[in-house]
This record gives sequence, C-alpha cells and structure tokens, in this order.
Amino acid sequence: MQKPKKILVIGSGALMIGQAGEFDFSASQCLKSLKEEQIETVLINPNIATIQTSEGMADKIYFLPITPYFVEKIIEKEKPEGILLSFGGQTALNCGLDLDKAGVFARYGVQVLGTPVKSIRDTEDRELFVKKLQEINVKTAKSFAVRNVADALKAAQQIGYPVMVRSGFSLGGRGSGVVYDETEIFETSQKALANVEQILIEEYLGSWKEIEYEVVRDCYDNCITVCNMENFDPMGIHTGESIVVAPSQTLDNNEYHMLREISLKVIRHLGIIGECNIQYALHPESREYRVIEVNARLSRSSALASKATGYPLAFVAAKLALGYSLLEIKNNITKITTACFEPALDYIVVKIPRWDLKKFKDVDKRIGSEMKSVGEVMAIGRCFEETIQKAIRMLNIQAEGLVCNGNEFTEFNDIKDIRNALKHPTDRRIFAIVEAMKQEIPIDEIALLTGIDKFFLYKIMNIIKMEKRLCEDILTPELLMQAKKIGFSDKQIGILLHKEEAEICTYRMQHKIMPFIKQIDTLAAEYPAQTNYLYLTYNANEHDITPSSGTNNNSVLVLGSGAYRIGSSVEFDWCCVSCVKALKKIGKETIMINCNPETVSTDYDECDRLYFEELTLETVMQIHYFEKPYCVIISMGGQIPNNLAIDLYKNNIHILGTSAENIDCAEDRHKFSKLLDRLQIEQPQWIETASITEAKKFAEAVTYPILIRPSYVLSGAAMNVLYNEEYLDIYLREAVALNPKHPVVITKFIEHAKEIEIDAVAQNGEIIIFAISEHIEHAGVHSGDATMVLPCQKIYVETSRKIEDYARKIAKALEITGPFNIQFLAQDNYVKVIECNLRASRSFPFCSKVTNYNFIDIATKVMLREFGMNVEYIGDATKDINYVGVKAAQFSFSRLKKTDPVVGVEMRSTGEAACFGNDIDEALLKSLAATGFSIPQKSILVSISGDKNRFRLINELRRLYENGYLLYATEHTSAFLTANGIANYRLYKIQDKIEPNVLSYIRQQRVDLVISMPEESEGELKTDSFIIRRTAIDFSVPLINNVQLAKAVIDAILRKKQEELLPLALDEYVPKRTIVNN
Amino acid sequence: MFKSEKSAKLVLEDGSEFFGISFGADVSKAGEVVFNTGMVGYPETLTDPSYRGQILILTYPLIGNYGIPFDKMLDKLLIDFESAEIHVQGLVIADYAMQYNHWNSVKSLGEWLQLHNIPALCDIDTRALTKKIREKGVMLGKIVVNNNDIPFDDPNKRNLAAEVSCKEVIEYSKNNVNNEANEIINTNKKKILLVDCGVKNNIIRNLVARNLHVIRVPLDYDFLKEEFDAVFLTNGPGDPKMCDITIKNVKKALQQDITTFGICLGNQLLALAAGANTYKLKYGHRGQNQPCNLIGSKRCFITSQNHGFAVDDATLPEGWKAWFVNANDGSNEGIIHDSGLFKSVQFHPEAAPGPTDTQFLFDEFCQILQEKRIQPEILQKFDRNRGD
Repeated sequence: MQKPKKILVIGSGALMIGQAGEFDFSASQCLKSLKEEQIETVLINPNIATIQTSEGMADKIYFLPITPYFVEKIIEKEKPEGILLSFGGQTALNCGLDLDKAGVFARYGVQVLGTPVKSIRDTEDRELFVKKLQEINVKTAKSFAVRNVADALKAAQQIGYPVMVRSGFSLGGRGSGVVYDETEIFETSQKALANVEQILIEEYLGSWKEIEYEVVRDCYDNCITVCNMENFDPMGIHTGESIVVAPSQTLDNNEYHMLREISLKVIRHLGIIGECNIQYALHPESREYRVIEVNARLSRSSALASKATGYPLAFVAAKLALGYSLLEIKNNITKITTACFEPALDYIVVKIPRWDLKKFKDVDKRIGSEMKSVGEVMAIGRCFEETIQKAIRMLNIQAEGLVCNGNEFTEFNDIKDIRNALKHPTDRRIFAIVEAMKQEIPIDEIALLTGIDKFFLYKIMNIIKMEKRLCEDILTPELLMQAKKIGFSDKQIGILLHKEEAEICTYRMQHKIMPFIKQIDTLAAEYPAQTNYLYLTYNANEHDITPSSGTNNNSVLVLGSGAYRIGSSVEFDWCCVSCVKALKKIGKETIMINCNPETVSTDYDECDRLYFEELTLETVMQIHYFEKPYCVIISMGGQIPNNLAIDLYKNNIHILGTSAENIDCAEDRHKFSKLLDRLQIEQPQWIETASITEAKKFAEAVTYPILIRPSYVLSGAAMNVLYNEEYLDIYLREAVALNPKHPVVITKFIEHAKEIEIDAVAQNGEIIIFAISEHIEHAGVHSGDATMVLPCQKIYVETSRKIEDYARKIAKALEITGPFNIQFLAQDNYVKVIECNLRASRSFPFCSKVTNYNFIDIATKVMLREFGMNVEYIGDATKDINYVGVKAAQFSFSRLKKTDPVVGVEMRSTGEAACFGNDIDEALLKSLAATGFSIPQKSILVSISGDKNRFRLINELRRLYENGYLLYATEHTSAFLTANGIANYRLYKIQDKIEPNVLSYIRQQRVDLVISMPEESEGELKTDSFIIRRTAIDFSVPLINNVQLAKAVIDAILRKKQEELLPLALDEYVPKRTIVNN
Repeated sequence: MFKSEKSAKLVLEDGSEFFGISFGADVSKAGEVVFNTGMVGYPETLTDPSYRGQILILTYPLIGNYGIPFDKMLDKLLIDFESAEIHVQGLVIADYAMQYNHWNSVKSLGEWLQLHNIPALCDIDTRALTKKIREKGVMLGKIVVNNNDIPFDDPNKRNLAAEVSCKEVIEYSKNNVNNEANEIINTNKKKILLVDCGVKNNIIRNLVARNLHVIRVPLDYDFLKEEFDAVFLTNGPGDPKMCDITIKNVKKALQQDITTFGICLGNQLLALAAGANTYKLKYGHRGQNQPCNLIGSKRCFITSQNHGFAVDDATLPEGWKAWFVNANDGSNEGIIHDSGLFKSVQFHPEAAPGPTDTQFLFDEFCQILQEKRIQPEILQKFDRNRGD
C-alpha cells in the first residue's frame, strides 16, 4: 500500500458524557504517529481545550463543527488522500458513515484508512452484526432489531421480561435500559426511536460477568489482544459506569483464552484493521458467553487499556492504518522488542468512574446501562486492596479510601436501606458494600444482591478486618506496614487512631516504612525497559529506578488535574501538557503526577517521568522525598493541586510561582475581601454566617435576590440564587445543615450585570500578558456554562480600562508570578470582582489559541525566572485581532434523566467547543453547531415565563416573524406575542391534552428550535416550562434556555446563512507570533 | 497478616534471601529458580512436567484467585491439569488469595500445594526477584520453611525428562462407539508414536481430538519396533543433551523418513538428532506472550512458552532450516527439514495455559498424515506477503 501524503483526522468535538478526554489522547497519539511518518495532517476538532489542537500536533487545524457539511467543505478545500475515522469516538465514526453514504469520499477520491467502512457498518448495525457473528458460530445475546414500538413490544414478549433495550449508533449507551414490563418498553422504545432508526430488544444478562478485550489486527492478518479487563460490576451496568480491573482476576485459563480466541476470530471475520474493543457477557457459573458488542474504533476502554499496559494502542493503530504490519513496529517501552506481542502485567489496575450527580437536581442517581459518569481515575498497585483504596482517594470526592469516611458515605437508614443500595446500584454502591459487611450481612448475600464476584468481596473484607485491627490493637511498625500494604493512607490510620495525619507520617518515616517505585514495562520485567512510567507500592522491597536528577536542581515536578469532573476537565490537562512542553524546551527534567487515564499528560512520552499516582499530600510528599526535584508547579492542574499549596508549603516544598501565602489570600474569602477593600476595588456585599436571623437581616439590607452557598465551594456546589425570604427559609432549613462549623456565605446577587473575565500572566506582580473576554449570558450563569466571546465585542471602554486596572492592582498586591484569572461583574461602568484564582483557569487554552500566544508557555517561563528566563512584555493579547472566537458550553442533559436543563449558578456543562469567525455571528453559530445545535429552518417554539423576559426578547421575536419564521407559542407567550402584533400559532398546554399540543409538537420534532426559559424567581418547580425543556432534550430538539443567548442567536441566524460560515483553518485567522525569550 | 502465618524464605545461590509467608507445604525444597510472566493458568503451569526441578516465580502478583478444580478424568486424562502431579519444587508469588472463588474449583491453591507436599511463598517482591534473574541468569535456589535448611541442588545434572516420562506404554483414542468396557476400538486411525519426555495432557488431547490414535511411550523406549505413522516428540524438562537414547532413536526414525513433529524439548531433540547444537538461554522464555514469526512471511503468532534451552540456528546442517523465529530476541522457535516431513516448534501450540493461536499446527500435522501432502493449505495461506 502506498502511504498517503496528506491525511484528514476527525476529532471528537466537545466533551460530553460518554465521550470525553480519552479521544484527545487517541487523536493526539494518532497525530504523533503520522508525524513520525512525515505525513501532512489536517485535523478537524472544535474542542479548543485539547492537546491535539495545539501547535506542533497537526499541520492544519480546523475549529469547526464535526458535521458532514463542514467535513465535506474541508475535504473539498484540503483534498486529503486519506481520512481516519476511528480516533474521534462515535462522533467521528458517525460523521464518516454519513459522508460515505452520501458518496463524499468517492466523489473526492478520499480513501478511508484502517478499518473499512463496511466493517464499521457491520459492527454498528445490530442486525448485520448478529448475522455476521452467526456466520462464524459466535454467540450473541438473543435480540431483535425493531423500527417501531409495536415490534418492540412483540420482541419483548418473545424473549420474556425483563429485556434490555439498546439503541444502535449510540455513544455511552444512550437510550438504553432494562425494562420490566409493557408500559416501560412502550415509553423507552418510543424515546429511543425518536433518536435513531432502529433499536434492539435483547435478552437480559444481568449478573453475568462483563469482560472486555482490546484487540489489534494488521492488514497481514496478525492479531493480538493487548489487554483484557473485567468489570467489578456485572452486566447491566455500563462499562463506563463500572469499576473495572485489568487484567481479569476471576477468569481461569480456559475462560480467559476461550474469550481471547473468539476475539481473534471475530476481528478477523469483521476485517478490522487497527484496533477494536469487544465486550462479552460470561456466565458466572459456566463457560456460556455472549458477545455484547464490538467497537470498531478507539474507545474509552482502549485509552484505559493503553494506560493500564503501557501499550500505545492509538499510536499503533495509526501505523497499521498506513499498511504497516505489527512486526514492523517496535515496542515503544523496551525499544528492542516488537509491538507484535501481548503485554504481561505484573500489577493490577483499578478504574473507578467519577460521577457528579449532585450537581443536578432531581437527577436519577441509579446507575445502569446508560453512562452518567463524567470522568474516571485509574490506580495501579500490587494487590487489589491497595489499588482500590488508592483509586477511591483519587476520585477526590472527600472519601479517604474504602473505610474511614464521613457520614456522606456511610449513612444508611437501616439494614433494609443497605440491601436496597446493594441491589439497586447508585454512584455510591461500593460504600454500601462496606457498610453491608460492617453490618455483618453475609458475603454470599452481598454477592447475590450485587452480582459481584466473591473474590472481590473477600478482598474488600480484608480492608475492613484491618480497619478493626487498627482500632483495637496497639500500632506497631509491623501492623502499620500491613495496613500500608493494603492501601491505608496515613490520614485513614490517623482517623482510626484519633491522631493527625502528620503524626502517623512521622511515625511511619521513623520506622522507614515507605513505598517503593515500580515501572510499568509491558513485559513483567522480562526485558530491561527504558520506561519512565511509574507507580508506588508498599508491596515491594526495592525501587526499580534511581532519583532523576538528584541534586543538580534541574527537575521540576508538575501536579496534574486528576479525574475529569464538572468544572475541571481537559483544559487543565492542556495546561499541564503545555507546561511540561515549555519546561522541556528550556531543558528541564519534568516529572508529572496524575491519575486520570483519559489524559495526554499521562502519556509517558510527554514528560521525563510519569507517576500514575494520587494527588494527595502523602503521595506527592513521598514522590518528592524520592525524586528531590528542585521545585513543584501547582498552578496548572486546576483546583486539586492548588488546594495542596499551603500543605506543601508547610512541608517546606519549594513551590514555583506565586507564593502559597498569597494563594491562600486569594482563596480565603475573608482575606481576599479585606485585600479588595484595601485596594479600593469593589465587590458585591457578602456575609458569612451561621445564624438564620443574621442571614435574613443581611438579605433585607442588600435586598433580594441573594446568592447563597455553603462556605466550602467546589465549582459552585449547592449554590443557589434566592428571590425572597420564603426560599431563604427553605434553603437554610433543608438544603444546608446550618451550624457554626458549617456556615453559609450570602452574597448580594446583582441582576442583569455583564460578566467579564481576565486571563493573565504576571511576573513579580507585573502583568506580562492578558486577555479580557465577555460572557454572552448575564451574571448568574456559571462561567463554565456561559458562552464566551474573545475579544470583547460589547463592553464599554471604561469598563475594560477598570478591569485592566483592577487586575494590575491585584497582581501587584498578591505579587503574582504565573497564571491567574479574575472574574468581574460590570453594570453601567461599575465593575466588581467576584472571583480570583491564582492558577491557570478553564479559559487559558481558549485565550491562548484565539490570540495565538501560548499563555502557559509564557507563565512557565515567568515562573522559571529564577533560572534566568526572561519574558518580553506583551500586554493586551487581543490588540491585533481582527476576528472573533466564541466558546460555547456542551451540556449532557440527555444523559441525565429528569433534571431540568437550565443554566444557573451551578456549573452543569461537561465540555466546550470554540470556533472562529470574522464576526461574532459567524463564530457563535459555528460554536453552537459544534455543541449539537442546528440552525432552525422554519419553525420555532417559544415558551417564556414572565412578561419581563418576554419584553426582553420582543424585538428579536418580531424580526423572526418578519423574516418568515413560523412561531409557535404556549398560552401566555402566545397571547403576549399576539398582543404585540406578532402572528403565531398557539399550542395547547400539556395538561389541556388538546391538539395541537406543545408536547406532541416537540416529540414529533415539528419544531426546529425551542426557546424556553423559566422566570428567574421561579425556583425549581416542576412546571410546564420544565416539561417543555425536558422533552426538547429527550427528543433531540435544540433548546435555548437563556434570554441573552436567545437574542444573540436570533441576531446571528437572521444575519448569517450556513454558506457564510467559512471553513477557514486556524492559521488563516491568527497572526503569526514570534516571541523573543532567552 | 494472620496469627497462624509461617514465615519462610527463598535463598538464592548468590546468597540473597527473600523473606515471605509460607502458604504451601511445611517442607524445604531446592531447585533452579525461574520466572513465568503468564497472567492466568497456575493449575496448568504447576502441573506442566517441563517445570520439573524448578522453583517457579509467577510475575503476576495476584495468584490463587480462582482456586483449584476437582480432579476429573476424561479419556484417561485429568481434565483441568496438564499431568497428575505438581512438578515445580516450589512456588513464589506476591499476593496470595486466601479465599478463592470459582464455580469449577473445590480447593484453594495452598491446600492443593500442601496435598502435593510442595512449599510456596507469598508476600515476595517478585518483580525485584525477576529482575535479579533476568540480569544474572537463572540460578539455583531453595525455599526454606521453618528454618529447616537444605543444600542447593542443580536439577540440570539429572535426566529430568526420564523422571517425568511415563513408565509404560499407554494408548489413547477418541471413543468412537459407546463402549462400557472403555476399550479402544481400533478404526482406521493414523497411529502417532508419542515419545513422552514429560508430555502435557493437552498435546494428547489435541491429537486425540483430531481422531488420531496415540501410543505414548517412555522416553528411552525403542519405539521403532512399534507400528505407527508418525513420531511426536513432546515437551519436557531439562537439558536436551541428557536424552541421548531418545536422540539416537529419533536419528534412526529420520533415516527411515518417518513423519516427525516436535514441541519444545521435542524441537531441541529433533535438532540434536539432525546434527545441530543446543545451548542454555540466560533466563529462558516462560510466559504466554512470546511473538513468533513464521520465517519468510509477515505473520507473527503469540505463543505460550516454557523453555530454558534453545536450538542454535547456525549449527543446522544442510537440508534443515529455521522455521519460526522469536520476534523479540531472534532466538530459534522451530526447525523444518526441506522434505517437509520433519518439523518442530519451540513454543507450545497446545497452549494450556496460554493463547491457542498456533493450534493449526496440529491440523497441519494431521493433514500431512492423512493426505500425504507436504505443503498443506493451512500454512500456505500464511506465506503471502501482501496485506488486505
């Protein structure tokens, strides 16, 4: 096969539930792999926070929506010879299938590289898939593909309830579920069929083991399985929602190799070239199996398998797509052995999903066949107990491990409640298992209720036994050693012994009980490895390595961002990777600590040493103790490393950049407020109180609405805007347990204010570079959910001058060295500071890529000033920009059943996309399209609560009408429009049950767009307005739920047609930069 | 850990000691220390006669998870084991599962080892130990339990294959008719003369499953006097050069143009019989992930392996060539005679434990016998160099 000269790689777009950071990892590896072959690469991906869209990865980058329309435009313009569809998740795959169906590839002579389209179709279309596997006598679950509700009912009857409903062409199992009776199947299938043409009614395999294999095949028919994985949670719980171990633990040789053999048979029969994932159900008491599905692309599991084994699946898959054989590729870790082998592990890996369900009111907390988790962590150890306890700490949910946790994890009403929690899994089931054991529910019963293999339960029991021993026995070095071996942290032991973590740590160090550092080398030490991929374990008695640079002051430790969760995602991985790259360029040795398998920062070729480890004080200190790096960078990985600042400082760790005391000053509300007062910078009035009377008095004085939250906040958890005393009463009584230990913070909520952010880098208190961006939505929408515009298009010169001035003052006062971000409210030229973070922020990649100044690169150099680095003053990074970048939030409401899809002070989005345009309209429409929005052609449904909001939108609605759009409206909105001379069709309210009814219009997708927002003061009631929004989400109708955004969108669609959204590459927008530094 | 636990140690000939917890029999034993990197299949591995005289380190840390199956027999062979005995001198692992769980199991690994009087150690840094052996090569060692010290013992000085070979002729055949007396009913099956150097049950199972009649004979048995269609040289422990009688017998068979196939030690014996030489590897190949390239093709197979000696390609006489090569270190993985009648592989196509990718070699062997075709289709399809 002739190697193509130019290849188009399709990315995965904005992060959402079911499709997250793992695809930044896979496409980045793919680009690295192609670069090594000197192939010209073109990448389309509107996810601006990714590493793959950074300089040095692809030769050309398009920040455009991943839709057939835009991809075709790029093909037309770039004329690539080949295209890769399997590195951008389901989004890229689906887009590729559509393009193939439309004959686009044939028309432009583009060759699909790797797995042929036909094979992809065979795996994606369930009917074809089952047929294909039958041809080689491989068993699949009994299933019927149906295209309508009546057939679904029939199929379910034939199989017998309960049955599993699955939708093909889905990511993360959307629209799937177990249904127990006719009513349920009616509802589920109707909903699913609204999104896809066909669904599958399947035999229910609950409590069977769920096993996965990652399989690789080259075009010479060489096949290997790189890794197998066993789900701790049995079938019925989506693998993305399951705790997963690698390799499998409970399979004997027969089972392991029987499934492996089938994997090879299947991948050969399907004709896959590259990588695929195959999922099995295995009967827990026989060798009966079913193939559940094959994903003919890189997946979440393949990313996990890559990290679990050190085998770079995406990198290898890209080479195979070019026609290489596995034999011709070297094992990147040993450098001497071949990539045609199967890694032998000498450790165990545990992955646990990270959920953020608390952020969503009324969301169904049960986990099942649909994905709800937003991230994951992976722990490595030499026994299960050690590894799972590590993994739980890595989640950063305030759990200390399996045991020694606060009430939140241990509180169950009674034994019945525990049994219920075992049987109906939620995000907290693992803790219910612990409680069940403590309540002496027999292991057999726990196994029966959960379907979890007893092997794992016995291991968990060992941890509980140790907890008991630690409580009862006197602590000896031997006992401590045994506790450390099964994953107890110093803090956990401290909790049990009523001692401080530091005391346990001192005792431990005195007795020289310390973890050892082991390498991941793919061959279980059989060959010497060059690997820098490391983990810590107490189950050892020697280190595999020696400290990196020792005393020559040349190594820098960078703390990563941990699990992706709402509020902290791929953007911080970008910051970490950019920082490491900058450090390497300067010639520093880099050491990275992170525990998230979906990241590029945990790719072992990014840094000199990678510790796949916990971001806790204990672990960071241990690694520091061993490596003795010159300094630590904590300002790149978001809030987790930032929160370690003070503790590290107290332990005499040299933190690079802004001092820990000053970080504390910005983090501590009281200190920061005093500082602002001293600097005469305005801030909204606020109070911290534990008294209801005081709270009420304050609220009256500043007047409602008020913003209220518990005093410890992570990304706006449990924040609320309250409009009157009644709600304040309810909040203080129900939402927070008000007591002197847990006060609330109440802030005056300023309505209709603009929100503006500054992202900047300062050196010794002097700003070096900054970018000011504005939100389209007014304050009250979390900055992570807001639509961001850069450069600002609609702020007063005076406002912007004040912002710059305030930022300079704060930078000076806090002697900032490094990255920081400040958020402001602006109204009539009054500017108030609402938040200040002395670290890289979510918007750093956005600012960096829009302005073409890498803020992190600059920040890193600034921080390294003590090494003699000097950085040129740049100032306003946007001053020569003649285009606009818009960043839009990506929500995953469709996954989170029953929750109201509204935006507010709590962050709810799971990702973001950003696009460029010559004006704001173009950039806005592109970026919204990149988050799944489609420009309405004809019909728009308007349902607005409250005359205030209706008045705010009246001009835009009138113009829609004047431009020929058909407006549908619900009762009051309709009357309002009619009264104002805007013709519209009235739809009946839901409870009227009369046609034309608003609900049936949405369900039948007879409207192209729904504009629906609650009245600000409405609270969170289950109103018609809620049902309208929810239905729009459930039936995939685009929804706009904010007044300012609606105005901006209507302006844009009236001014721009799709043809005017130009397919321009990044380098066609941004100015060239040459930064002088030395 | 537990009050009842007994400490024990592994002592290497270089003087280093590794302290652990004993979970096997209360007995000290000495042998040659080797490691295996497979992640599953400890019942199969421990009953593989090729481990005779060796103290085995498993590099995968979590062992014993799924217990040990019941001793069920089928067609004169234990179903879930590779022989009737545990052949290792001792077992060394990291994390032992005190409680196992599997539907097919009836006892724990520890109980089973105790039953067979084999010592075992857990709580050992097996990675550190493995690295030592990788760097210094295999060495002698002993597991000392209850401070009951014993001398080192080099098993390679003994004819280990003779120790594990059967003592009398045993015949195997698939029972084609329902016969209560369980007599072998002789149809027109091809007869395979299997020279037992320490055969794994799964080799016999594979042959029998392909409708061949297997005559299993002791190592030094003068088999040429028997009536058969082909010779099968099995795997087995130790230095191949110890098996001088067998080598002589094989030489004679070759002279008579008798179809011959060998596995593992069988590969080395065939090479020696052909006049080539063998040598001892620094630390051997033991695991389930060894890539073997079919020479002259772009095909590579993942194989199960367990050997400490290898064939020296350079010494192969005329008429012979290397058939497979290890894609990691270039060592010999099989030889073939130009006639196509005599061939052997260093890896284990019978797997158990390990990947089953090369079981087609049994099919090929069968085809040669039944259709008298030297170049069966099965292998021809691998000879292409073109991709999909």
